[in-house]
Amino acid sequence: MTVQDVMQVILFFALLIGLTPILGKYMGNVFTGEKHFMQPVFGWSERWAYRFTGVNPEEETNWKAYTFGLLMFNLVGFVFVFIIQLVQAYLPLNPAHLPNVTWHSAFNTSVSFVTNTNWQGYAGETTLSYFVQMLGLTVQNFVSAATGIAVLLAVIRGISRKTTDKLGNFWTDLTRSTLYVLLPLSILFAIILVGQGVVQNFKTCETVQTLQGAQQIIPMGPAASQIAIKQLGTNGGGFFNANSSHPFENPTPFSNFLEMLFILLIPAALTYTYGKMVGSTRQGWTIFSVMMILLITGLSISLYAEYSSNPIFGHLPLMEGKETRFGITNSVLWSTSTTAASNGSVNAMHDSLSPLAGMVAVINIMLGEVIFGGVGAGLYGMVIFIILTVFIAGLMVGRTPEYLGKKIEAFEVQMAIIAILAPSFVILIFTAWASVSSAGLSSLNNPGAHGFSEILYAYSSAAGNNGSAFAGLNANTLFYNLTLGFGMLIGRFGVIVPVLAIAGNMARKKVTPLSAGTFRTDNWLFMGLLIAVILIVGGLTFFPALSLGPIVEHLLMGSGITF
Amino acid sequence: MTKQDTSLFNKKILLQAAKNSIIKLNPASLIKNPVIFIVAVGSLLTTIAVFAGLFQGNFSSFSLQIAIWLWFTVLFANFSEAIAEGRGKAQADSLRNSRIQAKARKMEGKHEISVYATDLKKDDIVVCEAGDVIPSDGEVIEGIASVDESAITGESAPVIRESGGDRSAVTGGTKVISDRILVRITTEPGSTFIDRMIALVEGAKRQKTPNEIALSILLSGLSIIFLLAVVTLPAFFGYSLLASGLPMSQNLSIPVLIALLVCLIPTTIGGLLSAIGISGMDRLLQRNVIATSGRAIEAAGDVDVLLLDKTGTITLGNRMATDFIADEGVTVEQLADAAQFSSLSDETPEGRSIVILAKEKFNIRGREIHQLNATFIPFTAQSKMSGVDFKTEDGQFHQIRKGASEAIRTFVLNNNGYFPQKIQETVSELARQGATPLVVAEDNKVLGVIHLKDIVKGGIKQRFAELRKMGIKTVMITGDNSLTAAAIAAEAGVDDFMAEATPEDKLKRIREEQANGHLVGMIGDGTNDAPALAQADIGIAMNSGTQAAREAGNMVDLDSNPTKLIEVVEVGKQLLMTRGSLTTFSIANDVAKYFAIIPAIAISLYSGNSGVGPLSALNIMNLASPQSAVLSAVIFNAIIIMLLVPLALRGVRYRPVSANEALTRNLLIFGLGGLVAPFVGIKLIDVLLNL
Repeated sequence: MTVQDVMQVILFFALLIGLTPILGKYMGNVFTGEKHFMQPVFGWSERWAYRFTGVNPEEETNWKAYTFGLLMFNLVGFVFVFIIQLVQAYLPLNPAHLPNVTWHSAFNTSVSFVTNTNWQGYAGETTLSYFVQMLGLTVQNFVSAATGIAVLLAVIRGISRKTTDKLGNFWTDLTRSTLYVLLPLSILFAIILVGQGVVQNFKTCETVQTLQGAQQIIPMGPAASQIAIKQLGTNGGGFFNANSSHPFENPTPFSNFLEMLFILLIPAALTYTYGKMVGSTRQGWTIFSVMMILLITGLSISLYAEYSSNPIFGHLPLMEGKETRFGITNSVLWSTSTTAASNGSVNAMHDSLSPLAGMVAVINIMLGEVIFGGVGAGLYGMVIFIILTVFIAGLMVGRTPEYLGKKIEAFEVQMAIIAILAPSFVILIFTAWASVSSAGLSSLNNPGAHGFSEILYAYSSAAGNNGSAFAGLNANTLFYNLTLGFGMLIGRFGVIVPVLAIAGNMARKKVTPLSAGTFRTDNWLFMGLLIAVILIVGGLTFFPALSLGPIVEHLLMGSGITF
Repeated sequence: MTKQDTSLFNKKILLQAAKNSIIKLNPASLIKNPVIFIVAVGSLLTTIAVFAGLFQGNFSSFSLQIAIWLWFTVLFANFSEAIAEGRGKAQADSLRNSRIQAKARKMEGKHEISVYATDLKKDDIVVCEAGDVIPSDGEVIEGIASVDESAITGESAPVIRESGGDRSAVTGGTKVISDRILVRITTEPGSTFIDRMIALVEGAKRQKTPNEIALSILLSGLSIIFLLAVVTLPAFFGYSLLASGLPMSQNLSIPVLIALLVCLIPTTIGGLLSAIGISGMDRLLQRNVIATSGRAIEAAGDVDVLLLDKTGTITLGNRMATDFIADEGVTVEQLADAAQFSSLSDETPEGRSIVILAKEKFNIRGREIHQLNATFIPFTAQSKMSGVDFKTEDGQFHQIRKGASEAIRTFVLNNNGYFPQKIQETVSELARQGATPLVVAEDNKVLGVIHLKDIVKGGIKQRFAELRKMGIKTVMITGDNSLTAAAIAAEAGVDDFMAEATPEDKLKRIREEQANGHLVGMIGDGTNDAPALAQADIGIAMNSGTQAAREAGNMVDLDSNPTKLIEVVEVGKQLLMTRGSLTTFSIANDVAKYFAIIPAIAISLYSGNSGVGPLSALNIMNLASPQSAVLSAVIFNAIIIMLLVPLALRGVRYRPVSANEALTRNLLIFGLGGLVAPFVGIKLIDVLLNL
């Protein structure tokens, strides 16, 4: 690594840490209904939205109604995106006259965007019309992220309120997080991106003649607006197939830096919002630190793996599959950040990462996308691990475990276990199915252990609602579209529903006052414990699978064998 | 109850436990423990695989060894439960011996008829005279008697039981040793105190406590997760075999898969869980406290506010004379002499303490009472003073009185004396300090003041400091006025006090604390304590108390010692700590087991022709062979249960420290220990296997 590389990594983390309390505080104001500077700008549209939909913003519901509203909203979103893909040929804004999408690909894509996964089994520029991209996908980019925030808000209220069954109003949470957080930041970001050279128009592809005289097709479209929210909302679904390695999506080192920052920005800032709303910013910073430690550890391993010598190229960097514009450091920082943050965008092919860096990427996802994670989703996933940690270790202080004064009892443990089980089930069972069935194996482009890593990565990505791919796997088949689609659904709602149930149950409880006998959840000891539980409970399950994939690949590379 | 042999390994209990661990292989009994049930199913499948192999002519001694050790894992888990139950049973047996098949003398109207004790119904009236065994639990409705309760308390000194008042409850199985009482039976047959004690200590009626249920869910959940990891492994492995160009026949065998599963699921804590719960009950019993449910013990660990009666818990129970303060013109000796003389026949502890203090301080001996023609005037609620009337040798008549200042003031004024200003000041000063001033007067002259003081128990202040460190708030309850209460509270170091507390105040205070999220523990004996005992999260009734109090509380202290509350809290905390520590240990163990088993089973993958593939690099323990690696992990997994049985029964060492200190300590021992121990243990077993 050069000094420049190191400086850039330091600058990246410094900015992330610095922006966390600023945005976190602002979001806290937005979600608690306090005054903030965006109200005069978008307040009219919030009021209009309530009037139009007949929502009473003051009316709060219990967890079941909250969950029902959320599920219905997502179901409607799914049906809409599904149908417009099936009939896109008859709809406007389709200058390239793209045909209708197959049903299973449309199913996969709509699930993918509704669940904030943004797994793309298709190639954007040659499959979907601008109409589908804008009204279907970009809208879902916003609202799926807002859904994540809404779930988190319900969890926060469950923890901070006492003896009530009211968790808030899903529709106001959804509206406020979209209008006051995602929209303003996206507009700002889109404008910067256009300034850096990202395309934003409604033209069809242009065919130009290159200097050598060859014909080249230059893709066009409203990219900047979609890219802004794809990063901010930890979505990751590229406008173009090459995603953020495409020069029209990510043209300059500066745009690359900003995009990385914006991927982690909201999930990081939400930890501060969380702390503020549960009444102790220290709690928020504790969670932030745990996420940061895991992220930096993963990054260090990846950088080490990429920069250390290998028997095939010696000390030459492994540049195959990476963008020369960004180089190793930026590619690895990107791969680590995006897999940690449940953002499926890529600026280098993860398939081409060294085995260990690839393993870090897949572990980031397997741990449940809790290292910053998806917008809202990362933090509520982390709360699940916190509950388990508090339960396992909290007993050791000789009291019924409690988190922020709320007792952790059988119901919470049961729901937390379901939330951990759901994604694990998808990853293990579907990977096993794919690795023995001909339908699963026929999509492989690479043999051996690497092929296994590709399948493992695909299902991890779906279950963790990440969306990035190891590539090298032809996933646009009936088998993969369906299994991955169901995987994404289970991975998303198999966590959201138990999490909301926990929130509802916690809201009903009394708060035990803090004392010297309280198990503290805001110190170094707890951070260490939480990390240990995340790695052991979240990670050990996958150790056999990882051994047969990336670990064996890494060991084989040592003896000069690659796939 | 008679003191038991509490050593962990009583031979008789061990033998019985060994037998019971086989009886507990009954599936109906196994299914209660999901983790161990999975192991049992695994053992069965492995055994079937071994026999199937035998008939197909490819017998595998390796699989047989795995099967044997898996069965041992189940047996060890059963054994831990059986030994915990056995210890309880031993205690129950001694109780059962005290239960009588004798006849009871039941009153039918005015007549007495003889019935079997077991036929007595609630509200029957029985008569018991000296030598009779009280047939069932009840309440004395007439008479007073001394009762030998050693059968349940182990205390040989007889206690007084009388109708009305706070000492009216009698327990079936105890023996009347003097006088005659009428007892109204208060329990139905089969649910008497001793019956319940037997059922509880035997574990027969043991229900899982809330926390135990939550932990069982966690353990079952983890087991399911690991089950997923293991059932999918053959598919992953099959893929890898194909990719390595190896035949599918090398895929993982059932015994190996089950070995891996059993090693990963939390068998250690799963196997010991019920033993920990039973022994918690047992440890309470060793302190002569009986809980009506396991839930109560658990809640004891959560208690963070303790309501403690001043008398008996914080102070020795009686005021003691600590000083004589004479009026002007009176020597202290004169005062002491008069005070002692007036107290000679005063049998109250206060009176005796005055006699003793005078003797110790001024070497004044008690006089011959008869010589003085003395008449002692006892204390009455009306006069509020006591004393002595006597004639001196010259025939003069004198009156000495000691009592509350108001009563003495009236006394001297009536005798044409006056109440000195200095005495008035001393009285106020002593009262302000929380002491009780007793004024002594002879005829019309006030002699001085006796300083009576509540003596705070030695070491109690330190005890409260410990409780504070653990985050437990102590509240002293007293009928004294606030001045007195504040002074004693300060001296004893309690966090708060309630002065002039009525039973209603107590109940209100408990409700307030609970509304603020606290869990409250209290100890009480009287009928008027019953509502508060029922309301408290932990209500400990003293055995000497009323039946109402005993029914209302969720624990009974057989020694009737109010300090017990603190010990009960400690037992509760210890129980939860033991569970948490062993859970942490169990989960931390998994890391090492992966490193033992994964390289062992995957050694041939991608090995080319050498037979030793790249994954052997994960064999960081350098175990001798794949087979001995798997076997070592399984053996370690089984015997660690046995090794931890004493810990489960005894509980982890408890210290009165803050949550953070307790956590750090237990984490180092059980977290870090749990990570490291299996690496050492598995390696050691591997070495032994390959000798």
